[in-house]
Amino acid sequence: MNIVVVGLSHKTAAVEIREKLAFSPTQMEKPLSALVALDGITEGVIVSTCNRVEVYVTTKDIAGGIARVKRFLSDYHNFPLETLEQHIYAIHGEDAIRHVFRVASSLDSMVVGEPQILGQIKTSYGYAAEYKSSGIILNRFLHKAFSVAKRVRTETKIASSAVSVAFAAVELAKKIFNDLSDKTVMLIGAGEMCELAAKHFLNSGVRGLMVTNRTFERAEKLADEFEGKAVRFDDLFDQLHKADIILSSTGAPHTIIGAGDLEAVMRRRRQKPMFFIDIAIPRDIDPAVNNVENVYLFTVDDLQEVVASNLQQRSEEAKKAEAIVNEEIGQFFKWLSSLDVTPTIVALRSKFDEIRRAELEKTLANWKELPPDGQKRLEALTNAIMNKLLHPPTSLIKKAGQGGRTDLYVDAVRALFELEIGGNGQDEELELEE
Amino acid sequence: MNATLFYITFALYMSATVAYLVYLAKPSESLGKFARCLISSGFAIHVVFTIHRYVVAGHTPITNLHESLSFFSMAVVGVFIFIERRFKILVLGSFVTPVALVLMAISSLFPSALAPLNPALKSKWLVIHTVVAFLGYASFAVAFGAAIIYLMQERFLKKKKLGGLFQRLPSLNTLDEINYRCLTFGFPLLTVAIISGAIWAETAWGTYWSWDPKETWSLITWFVYAALLHGRLTTGWRGKKAAILAIIGFFVMLFTFLGVNLLMTGLHTYK
Repeated sequence: MNIVVVGLSHKTAAVEIREKLAFSPTQMEKPLSALVALDGITEGVIVSTCNRVEVYVTTKDIAGGIARVKRFLSDYHNFPLETLEQHIYAIHGEDAIRHVFRVASSLDSMVVGEPQILGQIKTSYGYAAEYKSSGIILNRFLHKAFSVAKRVRTETKIASSAVSVAFAAVELAKKIFNDLSDKTVMLIGAGEMCELAAKHFLNSGVRGLMVTNRTFERAEKLADEFEGKAVRFDDLFDQLHKADIILSSTGAPHTIIGAGDLEAVMRRRRQKPMFFIDIAIPRDIDPAVNNVENVYLFTVDDLQEVVASNLQQRSEEAKKAEAIVNEEIGQFFKWLSSLDVTPTIVALRSKFDEIRRAELEKTLANWKELPPDGQKRLEALTNAIMNKLLHPPTSLIKKAGQGGRTDLYVDAVRALFELEIGGNGQDEELELEE
Repeated sequence: MNATLFYITFALYMSATVAYLVYLAKPSESLGKFARCLISSGFAIHVVFTIHRYVVAGHTPITNLHESLSFFSMAVVGVFIFIERRFKILVLGSFVTPVALVLMAISSLFPSALAPLNPALKSKWLVIHTVVAFLGYASFAVAFGAAIIYLMQERFLKKKKLGGLFQRLPSLNTLDEINYRCLTFGFPLLTVAIISGAIWAETAWGTYWSWDPKETWSLITWFVYAALLHGRLTTGWRGKKAAILAIIGFFVMLFTFLGVNLLMTGLHTYK
């Protein structure tokens, strides 16, 4: 049985293409049942996120399976097959396993190490499990992918550093204040980046938010949105000492806060540290503010540099992650090949025969008055019993082998009779998480 | 036996220092645990060493430089272990264990022979006065370690050098908190040490205060830390200012302890 991956991602297709081929998460039953109804396709999982649409299937016939899945994608979305062909990739065997392990570990993501993808695959797998489109192989395959992703997450630092400016600002604030739960954020002006950073700070549990704007109504509107407090722009220096973290992005042509302004502010707050983030261009806050004791000023460029160096660090950690992925592929591949029919029957027979011989030897060793042809007859008897017992399961597995769904029986037989898998008996427990 | 215990402690502190320094460069959970285990066992042996010496000598082993330095080192490690548990900051060890190690190294340079107790020191005040003083010194030493890290972190933040070391070291607030805690622990102890010293002086020498170099420098040390505490409580001296004063205080204190004994002569000179 082969695992085949057919799909497209941010690496091969633009968003205009991806959105046309995306599956709606609320209606997965229809495509999943259509997928496994395809000729020669035994199991199927569909992963559809904003950055990728991928179909994982198991099939005996690789080329035919790939062609059918492509046709399925094209038919289901009414998307011309010729255009689809330009963006789609189809891989099988070890490459397919590696690909899915890498995707789950966020090594194939647009932002390497971003944590959402694992959850998205888990959800996709959830649908497949719910609508029974996945079976023994894909179940095990995806659980394996989840455990690889978990290993990557715990054994490398791939996801440990901030890779967005807003998140980097929160991380820096923690390096200054340690605990943000008693800290107040002040927004000066408005702007997408500013609001995004404010959201991040609120999510990190800051105590309160103040908003000021030259237009008080806008400040009030934003304050409502964030459940904060609006401050009149004229009162800025009257209120500034209450803020620990200041995000500024006004459209002012000159700086609005200078180093001199902070002396009184710092005295009022008894020198407690302040963290300024200047997002405006031209700058809102005089660079000399950074020289004031216990005041730390960062511009967007500074934060961007943090992000860039974190990304650099991530790509180094990604190398370690790739090594983990490679290690795990081997193990899974062994299990997958063990699902072939012939080696299983051979293993089953030899296991039975081993037991038969051992028991026979024990009996014969203590049997003093054995008639001359006794041994031969006992051999024949035990052999006959064994063959009779083995006949139904063996022929059933063989028959199933022609029909396609062998894996279920093979796996069951291997488990029931404790047959070694892949020759080295390695078959670690899979973690079923969440 | 006693010397063996001393050198086992020394060796454990040395290994712990190495482990902590490697941990600073390349942190890993297992290495951190290992370093913590080394320093804790070193401390345990150190306590055994001190008790053993107490039993053999018949008095608190704090009457010559070998003993005092060793005791100081033990107090530093003890306070460090306490603070480390409290704040869960392993990297503090990378800055404090070297101090303990250096103190042990200097201690080993001085003759360790057991000598009969100087009659002037035969008093119940010996224990109170010295043990309290060394505990105070030790918490100032830990504050010193935290202050060094604070200055590094502050510089990294101001200069936007936010590399790996910055990421591994604790937050400014935590370091400042350690500085403050050590100050509020050490300062009362130093005060008690000076007062108990004065009372003892009155009973032993007949005068509370004789401006002996040790007394003078103790008073200077006390003023440095008093200024820091006062600044913190009234005008909000914190952060960099507090860190610099903690470092200055530490060196003044070291001079009070070592410099006075080695460079000056006076009533407190016990070599």
